[in-house]
Amino acid sequence: MKQKILGIASVVGIAVALYFALVYAHEEKTMGILQRVFYFHVPQAILSYVAAILFGLGSLMYLVKRDLKWDRFAYCSAELGVLFASTTLATGIIWGKLAWGVWWAGDARTNMQMILNLSFIAYLMLRSYLPDREKRARLSTVFALLAVINVPINYGAIYWWNTQHPKPVIGPAGGGLDPDMSTALLVCLLAFGVVFAYLLVRRLSVAATEDEVGELEAAVETA
Amino acid sequence: MSPIAAIVFKDIAIEYKNKEAFSSMVLFGILVVVIFSFAFEGSDRRTLATSLAPGMLWVAYSFAGILGLNRSLSMETDNDCLQGLLLSPLSRSDLYLGKVAGNFVFTIIAELVLLPFFVLLNNLAFDAKLLWIIGITLLGTLGFVAIGTTLSLISAQTRMKEVMLPVLQIPMTFPVILSAVQAMTLVMSDDPRGISFPLSLLGVFSTVYLTASYFVFEYLVEE
Amino acid sequence: MPDALALDSRQIEKKFGYSYAVRSIDLQIRRGEFVALFGRNGAGKTTFLKIAATLMRPTRGALSIEGYDIGKEPENARRRIGFLSHNTFVYRDLSALDNLKFFCRLYGVEDSDDRLLGILDRVGLRKRASDPVRAFSRGLQQRVGIARALLHDPPLILLDEPYTGLDANASETLNQLLDGAVTAGKTVILTTHDVNQGLRAATRAVIVDRGTVVHDSKANDPAAREAYARYIQQVETR
Repeated sequence: MKQKILGIASVVGIAVALYFALVYAHEEKTMGILQRVFYFHVPQAILSYVAAILFGLGSLMYLVKRDLKWDRFAYCSAELGVLFASTTLATGIIWGKLAWGVWWAGDARTNMQMILNLSFIAYLMLRSYLPDREKRARLSTVFALLAVINVPINYGAIYWWNTQHPKPVIGPAGGGLDPDMSTALLVCLLAFGVVFAYLLVRRLSVAATEDEVGELEAAVETA
Repeated sequence: MSPIAAIVFKDIAIEYKNKEAFSSMVLFGILVVVIFSFAFEGSDRRTLATSLAPGMLWVAYSFAGILGLNRSLSMETDNDCLQGLLLSPLSRSDLYLGKVAGNFVFTIIAELVLLPFFVLLNNLAFDAKLLWIIGITLLGTLGFVAIGTTLSLISAQTRMKEVMLPVLQIPMTFPVILSAVQAMTLVMSDDPRGISFPLSLLGVFSTVYLTASYFVFEYLVEE
Repeated sequence: MPDALALDSRQIEKKFGYSYAVRSIDLQIRRGEFVALFGRNGAGKTTFLKIAATLMRPTRGALSIEGYDIGKEPENARRRIGFLSHNTFVYRDLSALDNLKFFCRLYGVEDSDDRLLGILDRVGLRKRASDPVRAFSRGLQQRVGIARALLHDPPLILLDEPYTGLDANASETLNQLLDGAVTAGKTVILTTHDVNQGLRAATRAVIVDRGTVVHDSKANDPAAREAYARYIQQVETR
């Protein structure tokens, strides 16, 4: 029931977001219609960090409570993290080509997204090579916590590196945002947020079923 | 003799007898340096020294370091010797410190052996800058080994075994490599202003990961 | 602690992800007992022993060794345990003597050559003290393992299927050492498949099945053998 509501809300939300991004917000002077990718790029970037926070929280809770539901929460968040970090990078690349004619701007934010994505992928890959359920949860949780601690340190390193090698920054051209652009951004953020929630809830229920199947299989084997 | 010192001496004694880790680390490092120096042969000396050399060196260090970490752990997984260590009254955290100390010693020795080859093959100068280089190497290696010891224990328990370590280690040591390379670049270009930031970052990284691993290590070894 | 039980296990449970290796084990073992722990593969006896040795953390329950709770004071508990399994846990690149020296330092006991050579003498390895363990046969390696397990004079000795892969000589050496330990007042817990081997010197027989204790009696009680035979039959017909 919850899933259905979220599902419908997601579809509606995306429709609304598309309207705001493509129609409502005025067209930017210098970059034209493809600047609108910005309204998708920024929410996706924000949500990739939200995924990272949930990922860290889930891992910490698992370590404390040893309840597999927290482990599921962590890895489902990681999967969403990969999704949103990847789309952020993709939209960032499109933006980069538009704005400066280069595919990869190599600025601080894109580098952070890249490392974040690699960390999520490393975590998921680690899990895929740990067949034992308990070991998988325990070892990947430790890795997750170390990876989450790494985020602020990486932030420091990358941002400082970029002050040594200044690069263009992905963002609106010129000063602040016009009010209609801010509104469009906010709407898109909310819409993608609902999509995020929907995907997370659905993925969690699939994960719970997977674990249930595992329990039943184990029970059958030992009977 | 304290148990931690006993572990370090034991690692040194075993390595002294079979020399497997050390020789493979040094040889591999030399190969990487040689390949890079061939690849960049056309570059002028100054570009090489300031832009390319530090990166080359840390790539060589990283790969040789990963080899060393894997070898150090396989010393313990052979014959299940790790269980013998876990049965002793030594706390898990102190066991971690013992292994880090041993890994640090080996890796530094291999890196210091590698350094003259690196200087020669790239026609760099043996001057006072070398002291800075060694200092940066020490600091960077500490961070590398602090987290690498933990990650090697995680990767050893997966189906992929040692092959998993680079997948986990490379994203995690990104800030170390970045800061160390930048610090070395500043030294090589005779402009050490701003070197305090990357050095501090290396210090922060080492402190954070030594501390974090000290506390989570027990979760990695208990079942 | 003067009146403590050698091993006090209360409702120890170990769950691995989905399944229970140990469901609930309540076992109180007094000092000086020699307990033979029987059970088929997967019954939970190895898991239980590993929990007692603090190699595994139980998901529920409490266990103390000589009065030291393994959750609260694991290092003190470990100091009082000697653990031996079919793996010897010794470094094959080092000599027998260097191995023992290393473990002495870990346990904080005297590591003089004299003392260690004496220990190696008791397991019949004095002449080969300086040879790398790699060069030893399995039986000889196991003897080094035995020396390692006992060098800190632990009051509780845990043995997990120690006779696996041992030749007659090595088995005999192990039996002699265990007899000596019992005489010296140590507590021994031994898991094995072989009912004769197990009951040879045991004072108590315990059968574990599917993670719980299903039989617990004196070793010389004929009910013990009957129970074991019944248990084997049950397992086969499952």
